[in-house]
Amino acid sequence: MNPASASVTRIAGAAPGVRRWREDFPILAERVHGRPLAYLDNAATTQKPQVVLDALTGYYARDNANVHRGVHTLSQRATHAYECARGKVQRFLNAGEAGEIVFVRGTTEAINLVAQSFARPRLAPGDEIVVSAMEHHSNIVPWQLVCEATGARLKVVPIDNEGAFLLDAYEAMLGPRTRLVAVTHLSNALGTIAPARRIVELAHDRGIPVLLDGAQAISHLAVDVRALGCDFYAFSGHKVFGPTGIGALYGRADRLRSMSPYQGGGDMIRTVTFEKTEFAEIPYRFEAGTPNIAGAIGLGAALDYVSTIGLDAIGAHERDLVARATRGLAAIPGLRIIGTAPDKASIVSFTLDGVHPHDIGTILDQAGVAIRAGHHCAMPVMQRFGIGGTARASFAFYNTRDEVDALVAGVDQARRMFR
Amino acid sequence: MTDALRELYQDIVFDHYRKPRNRRALPGASHTAEGHNPLCGDHVAVHLDVADGVIRDATFEGEGCAIATASASLMTEALKGKRVAEAKDLLDGFHRMVTGASPAPHPELGKLEALAGVREFPVRVKCATLAWHALQAALHDRPAPVSTE
Repeated sequence: MNPASASVTRIAGAAPGVRRWREDFPILAERVHGRPLAYLDNAATTQKPQVVLDALTGYYARDNANVHRGVHTLSQRATHAYECARGKVQRFLNAGEAGEIVFVRGTTEAINLVAQSFARPRLAPGDEIVVSAMEHHSNIVPWQLVCEATGARLKVVPIDNEGAFLLDAYEAMLGPRTRLVAVTHLSNALGTIAPARRIVELAHDRGIPVLLDGAQAISHLAVDVRALGCDFYAFSGHKVFGPTGIGALYGRADRLRSMSPYQGGGDMIRTVTFEKTEFAEIPYRFEAGTPNIAGAIGLGAALDYVSTIGLDAIGAHERDLVARATRGLAAIPGLRIIGTAPDKASIVSFTLDGVHPHDIGTILDQAGVAIRAGHHCAMPVMQRFGIGGTARASFAFYNTRDEVDALVAGVDQARRMFR
Repeated sequence: MTDALRELYQDIVFDHYRKPRNRRALPGASHTAEGHNPLCGDHVAVHLDVADGVIRDATFEGEGCAIATASASLMTEALKGKRVAEAKDLLDGFHRMVTGASPAPHPELGKLEALAGVREFPVRVKCATLAWHALQAALHDRPAPVSTE
């Protein structure tokens, strides 16, 4: 099949709903090395629909001004759009009030904010922070930093050989010195969905607050922070079809009000004298400096867009893709899927005997198939499975069965090349 | 297979990946250093036995992708018997070849020219140069792991 007809077939073979969704993403018409792009690196970042691109350019073309300070029209428009975006995040997460949504650069900054402003002042030597064995570096390193500063220590909930979170071990790990639980909602390296609601319940039974890292979950699972009961929820805009450099921290209002800011500067103060500063109300006390206004507006547009499709429809389609990829890849001799938990989503991570993930990635790239190869910023997960890295295909709602088939064919080609 | 892939994965590259030469420890090495590719987590250690300014033996330890392993294997073969100054010249020539900085191959590269296809794959330059970064550190007596970043 020549590349041109392959392109037509890949899209023509998609379900009508998927075809319509794909039309919203200009980049999906790109060709790579003369082949139609099959973008299967959505766990790293997702592509952006035209409505998000329009929101970004629209802000800069028509409304560009700083927020919360100007009395002129543009500033009012910018402030209105920025605060509307906050409301959209609030509704997307079902948070109780807009003040519970802090705009940050992304998941990493959100977790660092909680680590420095919430955890650090409350930790003493010997205290414990509980994470799991399937965290990515963003939900490990900030806690290591506060542990180093305070004398607290990390405790790590094990996972089983399938990559499932071990709830009994977790419960046994919660003790009188546990000050915080911080776990991923959906593992970026394995696809495992953590039993988040139960994790929160067990911690709250002992009065322990919980942060959920939603970097991966946000575009695949319906997130209701009040139903989950978590104290904090962190996510990045770019993993939910929004811009890079913007994300949000949900914090329960009473938690946020109990925290001091860890960055100082414009927009987070009420009054400043050389003797004393009074901080602004939540969430502004955590948004020092001019924020990423366009990013927030773009994120709002992305969440609106996702809501029109619906996470139930997204989840159903992605389950079909994951099942097809799992079946196709598992049939390749020498291929081992890493992460086979019963409750998993959107990700198929694998190794192939005698073929390094980077070689797989390069061979697939030549076929137009974009995947991630390496440790996925989750080196402890790789160590848990005794491997240096994996090749990882990660799906979004705009991916098609034909793209999955192109992945499987490309991996089999890599196997034959290295035979 | 595309032409670019054929150029990248030449038979000699597969051969050195499947049967790496000089992959072993080198007790009593006069120079040793480690290289690290943070992109994928690959590590390589390069060991040299240098006497009177001549590299008597060169070995490496570690595992990586086909490009990194073949590069380390071919490098250690090329280094044996070379003077340190010649090794540094080879290193420069190899780097210029894989980055595309040099239009003509270095005359001393020999079999290493099999890795010329890497220049069409910029992201794989780090794989090809991992062992060479370690070599450079070893020759300058910097045993702390060096990074391709």
